[in-house]
Formats: sequence, C-alpha cells, structure tokens
Amino acid sequence: MKKNWPLWEVFVRSKNGLEHRHFGSLHAADTEMAIQNARDVYTRRNEGVSIWVVESKHISASNPEESGELFEPAKDKVYRHPTFYNLPDEVKHM
Amino acid sequence: MSEEQIKNLEAEFEARIARDEKIEPKDWMPEKYRKTHIRQISQHAHSEIVGMLPEGNWITRAPSLRRKVALLAKVQDEAGHGLYLYSACETLGISREELYEQLHTGKAKYSSIFNYPTVTWADIGAIGWLVDGAAIINQVPLCNTSFGPYARAMVRVCKEESFHQRQGFEIMIKLAEGSPEQKEMAQDALNRWWWPSLMMFGPTDAESVHTEQSMKWKLKRKTNDELRQQFIDQTVPQAELIGLTVPDPDLKWNEEKGGYDFGAIDWDEFWQVVKGHGPCNKERMNARVGAWERGAWVREAAMTYAEKQENRKVSKAV
Ligand SMILES: [Fe+2]
Ligand SMILES: [Fe+2]
Ligand SMILES: [Fe+2]
Repeated sequence: MKKNWPLWEVFVRSKNGLEHRHFGSLHAADTEMAIQNARDVYTRRNEGVSIWVVESKHISASNPEESGELFEPAKDKVYRHPTFYNLPDEVKHM
Repeated sequence: MSEEQIKNLEAEFEARIARDEKIEPKDWMPEKYRKTHIRQISQHAHSEIVGMLPEGNWITRAPSLRRKVALLAKVQDEAGHGLYLYSACETLGISREELYEQLHTGKAKYSSIFNYPTVTWADIGAIGWLVDGAAIINQVPLCNTSFGPYARAMVRVCKEESFHQRQGFEIMIKLAEGSPEQKEMAQDALNRWWWPSLMMFGPTDAESVHTEQSMKWKLKRKTNDELRQQFIDQTVPQAELIGLTVPDPDLKWNEEKGGYDFGAIDWDEFWQVVKGHGPCNKERMNARVGAWERGAWVREAAMTYAEKQENRKVSKAV
C-alpha cells in the first residue's frame, strides 16, 4: 500500500498588522510537517512572522464559469460608491 | 462541446492573453495550452532539482565556512525553486507522483547544462556566474507570462537568483586575483562552462520550433538568439574585468550592431547531451532516482505516523 503525502495550501503573514496571504502549496504528511516545510520553502528570507496551513481538499472555490452570476451584479451598482452622489462644491469635508 | 463553440472559446482565450489578463488554473484553457505548460513548467522544475547535484558535490569541500554557508543556502534555494514550480505545475491537474515518474524514466527533460561535471572548486564559481546568469536572462521575462501560478513562482525565483550569481562571481574574482594556480583554475572553469552556458538559450532561431506559439502565450518574449546575444554582451566585460579570457577566438566587438560577434556553437555536442550522451547524464539520474528510492521508507513512515495520530484523535473524540 502506498499513500502519497497530501497537498497543503500555505498562508503567510509577512508582519503583524497585515493579513495572511496565500503563498503557495506543498506536500506534507501532517500539520506539523506542513508548517515546518512551509517555513523552509516560503520563509527563508524573513518573509513571515506567522504561517497558516490547510489541506487543499478543505478549500472550496467558486467556479470561473459562474463568475458572471457571482460578480457581475456588483458592476451596475454604482450607487454603492461615493462618487455617485452629487454635492455642491461648497460642501467641505465630505 | 461543438467545434464551433471550442473555436469561440479559443478566440476569447487568446484575446484575454493579448489584453495581458492572467490565466488561472480553474479557467477554461485549450488542451494544447495545458500540455505545453505542463511540459515547460515541469522541465523547469526538474532542472532546479537536478541542478542541485553538481553543486552539492562541493558543499563538504568548500574552502571556507563563508563559502560553505553561501553554497548551502544557494543549493537550498534551488530546492525551493523546484518546489514552487512543481506546485505551479500541479495546478494544471498532474500529480507530483507523475511528474517525478516522468523525470525518473527519462520521459521528461531537464536543462542539459547539469550533465557537465564539477571537477574543481572554480566550477562552483563558474556555475553561479554563468549558469545562474544565463538562467536569470531566461527567467526574468517569465515573471510576466500568461499563466498566473507560473508567473508568481517566477517572481519569487527571480528575487532569489541574484544572490546566486553574485556569490559565483565573487568566487571567480577571488581565484582570478589569487596565485597563478588559482587563476589558472578559474580560467579552466570558464573554458569548460562558456560554451555549454551559451547552449542554455536553446537552438538558433532558424532551428527552433514553437517560438511563435510561445510568444503568443508569453512563455517567451525574446528569441533564443536575442537572449544569447544579451548574455554574451553583458558577460564578456565581466570576464575582462577580472582578467579572464572568454574561450572564443572569433569573439569581437561589432560597433555597428552594438554587440559582440562570436564563434560557431557546436550544436552536435548540444544534441548529444540532450539525447543522454553527456558526460554525467547517467550519474545524475542514478543519484536522483537513488535518493528517491532510499527515501521511500521515510515517506511511508511519516504517512503511517500521521494516520495513527489522526485515528487516535478520532477514537478519543468518540
Ligand atoms: Fe533556481
Ligand atoms: Fe537555476
Ligand atoms: Fe540559482
């Protein structure tokens, strides 16, 4: 019986105050090894202060073929932006 | 899907790339795009991994601790580059297992430069200076390639490469200003690595297939000959600066074209090495496959341990 090490996604916080960002992926047998490998592969030059790993199979992604339904409705809602509203020039600080 | 529909999708796909949009793994893509990218990215990953072997040969014999930590860090970077690239390749729907299989059975290629031996310490200098130097010229344009995961991997790789080249050139400087024997050693390394480095840019434009398609998909921005010329023009003055001679009697500055003219490349040698008859092809694959096989029990043990831990957690919860 041969089982391959599963795939993990790696998220790194580059410094406190910033969010964790997706850095890439790697293979590891378990969580502990995934974090250690992530350290070696993605933070060899002080790129991070914190690492998250999650097995790739636990991530659900939206389907690019449904991008239209998902994201297009936001395009015509200009009233969600401040520039939609007309104010006289004399109004300050708004 | 009908042929008509596929044609439309393809046209829209090409238009997206032409508009400089990136293609991401789950997007629709022509089968040929997927295959070409799997081939190129995996070849690139294999090159990074096999490239560790000739340099690894000198880690334990580095002449000082400073040189040793630098070489160790450089070789570790190459492992990292291999891993970024394998991950990028896997997003196209091929497994790591299959990729290794292709390398180990010889179905996939890696850069021929790594089939030359590293016989003296100066070879480590020459590799960093020339081989990483040539790799940088090949790789920088790929930071803007059309496939998102490949482009992102290349940005990381390129950031790390410049230290590789500088540590190599520093080795060459030191040898070139050392004893006559040391300078001779540096010259000998340059003599042996110069021509194989020029071959790293691939066959001449006249001989090169796929260039047009690769340009469209931004796998290439300049032709092999243009990149080779760029490498020669920037490297020759570096050699002169440290008093070494580029081993090409026909090398001559051409004022009119604003670049060097250079002698004929021995393409027979190139094709011999590509076909597996280079000085170290067998040795490299034996080392690689051997390491993979000797590590099998470690990989299996780690997996078994992980499963046991997982089961223990589950049974505790119950
Ligand atoms: Fe590299
Ligand atoms: Fe490299
Ligand atoms: Fe490198």
